[in-house]
Amino acid sequence: MERNLLRYIWKHTRRQQVFILAIVLLSMIPYFAAFDLPKQIINGPIQGSGFETADSTALFMEFTLAVPFTDLSWSFEGFELDRMSMLMALSGVFLFLVIVNGLFKFYINTYKGRLGERLLRRIRFELVDRVLRFPPSALKQAHGAEVSTMVKDEVEPFGGFTGDAFVQPVMLGGQAAAALFFIFLQNLALGMIAFVMVAIQVGIIPKMRRRLIDLGRQRQITARHLAGKVGEIVDGIDTIHTYDTSNYERADIAHRLGHIYKIRYELYQWKFLVKFVNNFLSQLTPFLFYSIGGYFALKGSLDVGQLVAVINAYKDLPGPLKELIDWDQSRQDVQVKYEQVLEQFEPGQLVDPSLHEVKPVTPAHTGTVLAAQNLTVIDGSGAKTLDNVTLKIERGETVAIIDNSGNGGESLAESFARIVWPASGRVSLGDTDLLELPEAVSGRKITYASADSYFFHGSLKDNLLYGLKHAPTTTVSYSGEEAAHRSWEIREAELAGNSALDLNADWIDRRSTSVLRGFDDDLKQSLMRALDAVQLTPDVMELALHSYLDPEENPALASRVVEMRHSLRETLQAEGLSNIVAHFDPAAYNPEATVAENLLFAATSISSSSDGDVTESEYLFEVLEISGLYDMLYEMGLKIADDLVEIFADLPPEHPFFQQLDRINAEDIASYQQLLQRMQSRTGAGITEQEARSIVRLSLHYIEPRYRFGVLSQDIMDAVVAARDKFYANLPVNLRDRIERYDPHRYMAAATLRENVLFGKLSNRVADAPAKIRKIAGEIMREKGLFESFIALGLSFEVGTGGRRLTLTQRHKLSLARALVRRSDFYIFNRALPGLDRRVQEEIVKAVIDFLKEQDNDPTVIWVLSNTSLSRLFHRVIVFDRGTVAEDGTFEALDRDSGIFRSLVA
Amino acid sequence: MKGVCGAMLLREEVELLRNIPYFNRVDPCKLKLLAFASHRICYEPGDTIFMQGDVPEATFVLLSGNVRLTASSPCGRCETTQAEPNSMLGEMCLLSDQPRAMTATALTQAEALKISRDCLLRLVSDNPRMSFEISRVLAETLRDRMGPVGKQFAPAAIV
Repeated sequence: MERNLLRYIWKHTRRQQVFILAIVLLSMIPYFAAFDLPKQIINGPIQGSGFETADSTALFMEFTLAVPFTDLSWSFEGFELDRMSMLMALSGVFLFLVIVNGLFKFYINTYKGRLGERLLRRIRFELVDRVLRFPPSALKQAHGAEVSTMVKDEVEPFGGFTGDAFVQPVMLGGQAAAALFFIFLQNLALGMIAFVMVAIQVGIIPKMRRRLIDLGRQRQITARHLAGKVGEIVDGIDTIHTYDTSNYERADIAHRLGHIYKIRYELYQWKFLVKFVNNFLSQLTPFLFYSIGGYFALKGSLDVGQLVAVINAYKDLPGPLKELIDWDQSRQDVQVKYEQVLEQFEPGQLVDPSLHEVKPVTPAHTGTVLAAQNLTVIDGSGAKTLDNVTLKIERGETVAIIDNSGNGGESLAESFARIVWPASGRVSLGDTDLLELPEAVSGRKITYASADSYFFHGSLKDNLLYGLKHAPTTTVSYSGEEAAHRSWEIREAELAGNSALDLNADWIDRRSTSVLRGFDDDLKQSLMRALDAVQLTPDVMELALHSYLDPEENPALASRVVEMRHSLRETLQAEGLSNIVAHFDPAAYNPEATVAENLLFAATSISSSSDGDVTESEYLFEVLEISGLYDMLYEMGLKIADDLVEIFADLPPEHPFFQQLDRINAEDIASYQQLLQRMQSRTGAGITEQEARSIVRLSLHYIEPRYRFGVLSQDIMDAVVAARDKFYANLPVNLRDRIERYDPHRYMAAATLRENVLFGKLSNRVADAPAKIRKIAGEIMREKGLFESFIALGLSFEVGTGGRRLTLTQRHKLSLARALVRRSDFYIFNRALPGLDRRVQEEIVKAVIDFLKEQDNDPTVIWVLSNTSLSRLFHRVIVFDRGTVAEDGTFEALDRDSGIFRSLVA
Repeated sequence: MKGVCGAMLLREEVELLRNIPYFNRVDPCKLKLLAFASHRICYEPGDTIFMQGDVPEATFVLLSGNVRLTASSPCGRCETTQAEPNSMLGEMCLLSDQPRAMTATALTQAEALKISRDCLLRLVSDNPRMSFEISRVLAETLRDRMGPVGKQFAPAAIV
């Protein structure tokens, strides 16, 4: 990139700069015309010069324009107008000029703004483009948050500067030169004084500002580091909490902020000092005019009229001069910022842009051998992780790589994936150096997955299909307004040197899925099979069951879920297992649910944290009063309190048995105990409303099969069921949106998919109820053809930044699945499944190899194993020892002959 | 629900617990706590209550029904016993922290009180009396199992 920002701006906006300059010059004509007009109006029609008699007239718009040194001239005789008409005509012209000036200003500012924004867009895109082309080692030291603050914040002022970059100096310089020229015209000596003072100002002020620029640079860097640090805190929040270092981080941030504050304060001091000097210097000149000029005028060697003219002419000089100096200041400022940013984006070597060209179709490449020739790789600390390794891996092989000591195998895998570049030697695919191959070849023929692969913000499905998004495979045909918008998008992108590829197009390359039989469902099959191979399907199903489905968005699926709900119930009944689930029945009490749940008989959603529990709402208690339940529940609550106090009274507050109680802690027990004692001594007197409610609340959360106190009588149950309608009769607005009444024939948006299928409560008392229901529900789901819909729902789960909403094991499996979805000639798995237990690892490795070997292109599978015993699943085993190949052969041969291998596998 | 497992109240469970040798001298208040902290589970005939080799997480008090206990050794020999209502299942393994020595299968419809390991240990550590009772019952069981050998050596030891 260009080293100088001005030159960069000139290079990309040359034509526009010249154009806007011309417009600015053009705008000067009405601008100066408007200056002279008030004088004409006052002198002419108002004060009456030229209208000495009542019926005298003057010529309006009369002018003569002569080109100097030639005989050419134009003239216009004008209209003859009387005094009043002249006033109106001139005022009209004034208004017209005001409007024209305003419009010029509007156009110029808009144009400049657009120019700046385009340049900003160009710089930002160019910076990100460079990041995409960085060699891998360059980004290892980079701080994500720092890079993003550079791209986002630090280049921001460039946009504002772009519009003024050339127009401002030309305009202001012209104005200042004109003012100076006028002074010279009036008086040469005074002109010289003014010129010298201007020279001093222009010479000294930028020098003084050098310190300002230096401080500005420091401010920029410290602010950038602050952004990096804040990003680090967010990323490392768990570590900070687990090691109790939050105060260390606070101190670090405070220290940085203090440093920034110091810099900024010094910056202000300098800024205002410079301002003071600048103002002083510009006021010094009139002082010299007054004193020296006045002296000579009094002495008689200077004409008084001349002096007044000079002083008048000088009025126009400091303004443009000050702005010019300010412009220079901001120029230096953005230049420094630009250099600072550029420094970070010049890693010395960039990937050639031609390797990144968009290629919808994978370019033909016949290489079938992945080879390392005298490959040496050096890690970040300078140690050799691979030392002069030469080996070949043919198409179709299955290769296990294991490390005896060192990380040779991992380095080899990373070299094959181009994540590390060789220090010497080379990696080649066929005859071509891997680094010289376009990414359209290397990034598609070779698939790489490791445990630390990254996941992007989006759904599971987005991430699984990520490896297929090489180029837009379709062109979207827009119509009407959208078409106009799209062509605008393309035009603007090109004007700013951006990529004009359509993000709305289908980017998924359906010809490179792993399952490729030419059917429409190849992609789906690839996804499903990949999930199965890495044993992620149950996890996805679990995610689906926990998710909320909007029945309005997906009415067909919702109604099929309701259907499934009914068949599940029927099947349970038919198999004599109806006792597993207590179904929600509008006319019956559900013994496995709390009294409050039975009363509400609804799914409740918590839309915001300010919403309290519905069972705490005033309205609920109103309903209890109306329906006569309040007293019943009060009596029942007293019995519960009695039992609870008896059981828990002597337990210390931290006793784990308190965990058995959902909403009650030791303090509550103590207060119930006191309450009961008070009641015994004074028969119910002195019980406050609040205390009575706390007793009722005990009943509201009571579940008979769980507590087994035997206090829930049939009368109460009947009364609760009867009160349901009363509860819904006058439901207040704030509750109405949050409560969705149970209806066996409708899908409930406020409940999870699982709750919608089950539509009841699992019994606590049946052994292994969850396992039993899972089995039966699973069968019905497949029978009803809902399996794929549910998986699709699970795949729409948002994984969060870096996949943080998934567990570590799920992330590892997902990384592997993402690799399996796409078709490649070489699959490289670099310790892709750490931390899984051996049995699962073996199952997955087997399933993955089997799955990949089904492809008709006979792919190579290279697996760096952390569990060495799995090497028997591969045809060939390569053992690395301190960065060199120690053994290379079939599993059987190595098992027979190699001591080092046997000791590793044993 | 009621069709399969009868509704039973906490206080009835306490009565049942008192019939178990381990608990019959424990304060009824504590037994109520124990009953409250444990889960009441129903088994259908053929249901497995626990499997040999599993890590024990709980002990079971059989409230009703019959349960078969089988232990199979690696050489294929099988040992079978039956447990009657009001007996405790799996407490030895729980206390000694060993994998289950036997598999328990419900023969009839059965109901059991599942007392989790944490619950039981906590209760024992809170009640020295209970820990003594457990030691006593274990000692008795051991003596009964030793059978003839115990009897043979006992007089000699006294002499």
